[in-house]
Amino acid sequence: MQDWFSRRKFLLSSTTAVSAAWVTARWPAILAAARHAQHSSQLADPPKFEYFTREQAAEIDAVAARIIPTDGTPGAREAGVVFFIDRALQTFASNDRKLYAEGLSELQVTAREMFPSVGKFSAAAPEQQDEILRSLDKNPPSSLRPFRSRLPAQNFFETVRQHIILGFLIDPDSDLMGNRGGAGWHVIGRESDHMFQPPFGHYDKDYPGWQPAAGGAEKK
Amino acid sequence: MITDQPKYKTSDEVDFVIVGSGAAGGVLAKELSTNGFRVVVLEQGPYLKNSDFVHDEVKVLQQDLLTNHPDLQPATFRKTPDEKAKQQRVVSYGRCVGGSSVHFTANYWRFHEIDFRERSKLGPIAGTGLADWPITYAELEPYFTKVEWEIGVSGLANSSPFDPPRSKPYAMPPLPVKSSGVLFERGARKLGYHPFPAPMAILSRPRAGRGACVNCGFCWGFGCEVAAKSSTLASVIPLAERTGRCEIRANCYVYRIETDAAGHVVGTLYFDQQRNTHLQKAKAVILAANGAETPRLLLLSANKQFPNGLANSSGLVGKYLMFNSNARVEALFEDPLNDYKGFAVSRTIHDFYELDPQKVGFYGGGALDARFDLTPYFFAMSGLPPETPRWGADFKSALRHNFTRTMAIHCTGTSLPLESNSFSLDPDLKDAWGLSALRMTYKDHADDLKLVNWLSARALEILDAAGAEKKWAHPVSEQQFAVHLLGTCRMGTDPRTSVINPDHRTHDVKNLFLCDGSSLVSSGRGQPTMTIQALAYRAADRITALAKRGDIAM
Repeated sequence: MQDWFSRRKFLLSSTTAVSAAWVTARWPAILAAARHAQHSSQLADPPKFEYFTREQAAEIDAVAARIIPTDGTPGAREAGVVFFIDRALQTFASNDRKLYAEGLSELQVTAREMFPSVGKFSAAAPEQQDEILRSLDKNPPSSLRPFRSRLPAQNFFETVRQHIILGFLIDPDSDLMGNRGGAGWHVIGRESDHMFQPPFGHYDKDYPGWQPAAGGAEKK
Repeated sequence: MITDQPKYKTSDEVDFVIVGSGAAGGVLAKELSTNGFRVVVLEQGPYLKNSDFVHDEVKVLQQDLLTNHPDLQPATFRKTPDEKAKQQRVVSYGRCVGGSSVHFTANYWRFHEIDFRERSKLGPIAGTGLADWPITYAELEPYFTKVEWEIGVSGLANSSPFDPPRSKPYAMPPLPVKSSGVLFERGARKLGYHPFPAPMAILSRPRAGRGACVNCGFCWGFGCEVAAKSSTLASVIPLAERTGRCEIRANCYVYRIETDAAGHVVGTLYFDQQRNTHLQKAKAVILAANGAETPRLLLLSANKQFPNGLANSSGLVGKYLMFNSNARVEALFEDPLNDYKGFAVSRTIHDFYELDPQKVGFYGGGALDARFDLTPYFFAMSGLPPETPRWGADFKSALRHNFTRTMAIHCTGTSLPLESNSFSLDPDLKDAWGLSALRMTYKDHADDLKLVNWLSARALEILDAAGAEKKWAHPVSEQQFAVHLLGTCRMGTDPRTSVINPDHRTHDVKNLFLCDGSSLVSSGRGQPTMTIQALAYRAADRITALAKRGDIAM
């Protein structure tokens, strides 16, 4: 990345040194690399909460850690999902603030009803937390929907579930600050680059090139 | 590019106002300005630059960076004309300079000969408006070729035995094959089908000052940050601007076509970004606003002289709406495909393009393509097999295992034209500008649903033959949401049964033309943009000839 970035600067300052055709041919790759390099260098300061109180943040963080748990690989917690949601509620999801306020209360009420000995959701054991979340999950167990139909997110659980997954998998270059350090992409096996060359995967690496069907394709 | 543009006054009577800068509008703007005419293009969305095309799934997909926004332009839906329509999201289309060509998948096969003359071949289908086009594939062939060479289409000529005849090879070799394409090819060939490299409106080689695709993996739904996707924004709009005669006026929302006492169009009324209203005068107006907004604009322009809407003496404006029926199957393979890299589609089959109704028991035909078009969040929400938990450790491990090992086969097919399927004005709901909202009435013909269920079963067989570890089909349901908006101002020679003539001129108003998805007479088998653009190139030739012989009043 850094290499490409320097090269772009070089190109911009000394266009006489290289042919226009060379630049044209390589420009997309140069541009892509430079843009993404610039973005990642902006991620310097550790984020702070601007919407949540520390107490609220701890509860959301605890929920996130059950939706995408930390195991041998990073989970929602390591990807800084709670910071993403904090920012979301001040930006694209500001309409969901009431839902969050009510949902956080309901979460605590449910936690205390189910497990009277725990004071709050974040203090419950992971297995207990899962039980509490299961009781709040109003959507039926996974069934396939028609492709591209949107799952309605009217209740707190579904909304926070979607926000957690978004915060885990969004492009780390996004200024919404989710997927910290590209943790989510690392987990799912998406390389962090934004430009790739074939072969892409296991099945196309030895592809001999397109040939007409053996024996020739009979005309319809 | 923007600096090269002229700035016309609204009081200047320009030769043409074109409403919409998408697949058709962009081509018309380039052709007409190149032919010497003064053109103003009014686009309701913003003029975005390559650097605006981020890979942020919130901004682009959830906040509609590139598409119409349901809060600003709400719409309603009902299945049949006797129901009261309810508010819901019904259409998605590009709302920026370049229109839907900015964010589309870029599948670019041509409609086949049969699409233009199916009624003649099959006879009437009771209860439907299946009709022949007044033009043939042969008449459009030079314009298909022009699209391929002017905007930049990659592909391999004569690689499908079902392809219609062509006068020239593709402008560029096909894009590289993806693992999904290799597996699809393997499975399809085992079953005796004829997979071929998908023609795509994406550059496989540098061309015309634009670079080749860098395989970033954010293609469907996203704008191309390196201009390799052959949107009109990347391809022909810069050429229109370079003529010095074409002004692309962004953020202008047209709400009415104005006519005079003689029933001629005098210009278009629009809101600018500050919601001030203007009348842009023009000798002629071309609507290329898409299959939803073009009929809506005609209906919004009703007046004493045209009480049912402009150009609507047939009563057919907005009717015969078609979408392309579709279905989707997905599969998991043992080793990583890494299909998130690259564009969406690398292999297609047309073996089912023309099914025999006597054999299969329903009307229709379709195409299957191998693809992966799910960006990471979208994948987590809709790309996992049916029994997968929606959260927790098992959800995470499924994400982890499946993201690199999943592919899809997308099935697209015919939609029969039904008069009861339509866009009209909602009697109650208004948009953010106070204009009557779009109301969609739609119920799939039973054959359309039978067809896609049948195609879906074939797609599962192909995945089996390819060695899938697991495969599943998304359920087919009646459509209530669409992106292919077709047939709502159909072309024909009889003013009683069509809205525009073969020159794209409305039968009723001499200096009003329509050219976009609304012009189509039949739906084709999916992927209509290539054919819409061929129509736009042809329309530009026809309109230029009419104007030059003084037949439009200029």
